[in-house]
Amino acid sequence: MNSIACTLRTGLVVLPLLAGAACGGGPSESGAPAAPRVITADGSSTVAPVTEAVAEEFQRANPGTRVTVGTSGTGGGFQKFCRDETDISDASRPITPGEVAACAKTGVAYIEIPVAYDGLAVVVNPKNTWAASMTVAELKALWEPAAQGKITRWNQIRANWPDREIHLFGAGVDSGTFDYFTEAIVGKTKASRGDYTSSEDDNVIVQGVGGDENALGYFGFAYYEQNHDKLKLVAIDDGDDKNGAGPIAPSPESVKNGTYRPLSRPIFIYAKVKALERPEVKSFIDFYLNQGIPLIREVGYIPLTDREYTMVRGRFSARTTGSMFEGVDSHSQLTLEQRLTR
Amino acid sequence: MTRRRLRLVVEFVIERALFLSAAGSILITAGIIFVLLFETAAFLREVPLADFLFGTVWTPLFFDKHFGVLPLVTGTLLASGIAMLVALPAGLMTAIYLSEYAPSVVRRTVKPILELLAGVPTVVYGYFALLFVTPKLQALVPGLSGFNALSPGIVMGIMILPLVSSLSEDALRSVPNGLREGAYALGATRMEAALRVVFPAAFSGISAACVLAVSRAIGETMIVAIAAGQQPRLTLDPRVPVETMTAYIVQVSLGDTPGGTIEYRTIFAVGMLLFVSTFVLNLFSNWLRERFREEYS
Repeated sequence: MNSIACTLRTGLVVLPLLAGAACGGGPSESGAPAAPRVITADGSSTVAPVTEAVAEEFQRANPGTRVTVGTSGTGGGFQKFCRDETDISDASRPITPGEVAACAKTGVAYIEIPVAYDGLAVVVNPKNTWAASMTVAELKALWEPAAQGKITRWNQIRANWPDREIHLFGAGVDSGTFDYFTEAIVGKTKASRGDYTSSEDDNVIVQGVGGDENALGYFGFAYYEQNHDKLKLVAIDDGDDKNGAGPIAPSPESVKNGTYRPLSRPIFIYAKVKALERPEVKSFIDFYLNQGIPLIREVGYIPLTDREYTMVRGRFSARTTGSMFEGVDSHSQLTLEQRLTR
Repeated sequence: MTRRRLRLVVEFVIERALFLSAAGSILITAGIIFVLLFETAAFLREVPLADFLFGTVWTPLFFDKHFGVLPLVTGTLLASGIAMLVALPAGLMTAIYLSEYAPSVVRRTVKPILELLAGVPTVVYGYFALLFVTPKLQALVPGLSGFNALSPGIVMGIMILPLVSSLSEDALRSVPNGLREGAYALGATRMEAALRVVFPAAFSGISAACVLAVSRAIGETMIVAIAAGQQPRLTLDPRVPVETMTAYIVQVSLGDTPGGTIEYRTIFAVGMLLFVSTFVLNLFSNWLRERFREEYS
């Protein structure tokens, strides 16, 4: 009897307690500094990991400042940015002429700040002796939607390659890597065949390609560096001898000097000039271009060269507005360094 | 008097609490079925049922969308089939040994140890298949991919082995000793008694155990999601990556597919198919047990 009553009592007491505990969290959170300084960033989900990592460190060093990082995509980010709604826009490509016009209309002036390089690696199993290089056209024929269920053997890509089934591994449809690969190789964002092992988790691709002689996969280059003993790189030939003749394998150098095309690109943040009047926004970007650099490799991207960072910092302190890419697309011949010195 | 009233109140509260917990599980089940039905109906308004059930290409997340669930079904059947090839013979032999041959000391120690196999978290089995079994098998099986149906199938078989052996052993042991003794009296050897007399007598229980095991294998998620790959492929080749129905649901749930879209609804349609198939199998298992039960008093 006693024990039953006791069990019952605890049973009845626990619920309100839990509710109380849940409510208890509320006031202390909103009880932080009355008006927290908030920096708003939005844009590319590819760039967001870098901005988030920098924001985390920045907030630790500057309590009372909050940085919100949205992932509306590069286009969605610029829409908000040009409507004067955000302070910083993350972008995985340079601003387009249409977006330049939209910003001009609302009088939003901005500084274009390249922060890192993003590169994709195409990999095969170390036991694969044939696929040392591929052309962009071959990759397109292999990955475009029309290849689905049709291109299933290695010798369909190149006649002298073995008559073996090809097992494909690639990025999941929700990842920025998927958008970038399909855009750069197939020519249309999200246009891909569907009969391959797709995963947002790069480990799955490493496991799959590392354990299968007939496999081919792609993912972020920085991730290859951590697993270079299990995989073999495929050199890519974009058929354009002006940026390096023949097939070129990805490496920090070939990504930086712009010869590894089209699977490498600079990524940017755009800072609103007006927002720089607020000291916290200015110090966040200073932080980004100094203490932020070691974080870039950690989150899987390739840092710019020291020379390029010096130029970028100079550009920022001189408040140089406008885009280095106006009139030309990101796949054109100039390297980032040439653009910065221009 | 107050004591008496307190007791009545306590009794009343306990009764209600027990009723609520029983009703709760029924309500939750009903809720799950309702959500499945609702979302599946929405899915089927956009994709004809025949295209879903008999289509041979499954690429709902991609540019060129196809909603044929057959590659997922064959992936599931392939992995479960391999699991059954492992679990049924091994499980039945274990059951016969434990029930008919083993001294009771052995049975009392071996049975709980076997049942421990069923208690290992499936995520552990998944990585065991991917990182241990697959590399070992690659030395034996030429052309075995890093992700394949064979290795998770075998590991899944090991996982459901105790289910088969334990339930079958219970069925074998519930056969009255009189039947065994009768067989011995007629000059049967131990093996003849076990296989020709006891086994047929326990057949309903054993087959029910096997059907339950099949339904367990079809619904198993973690092992295949980790070790079988994520590529819907219409094949019966156990060496290449496949995707099961459960692994597909995991894959979509982990991404950020927005709610209310056709991509999102595919997981409910697949879930419904999975639910219906395991439900039918469980009913079949019950029917087998009733239909072929041999009554001995």
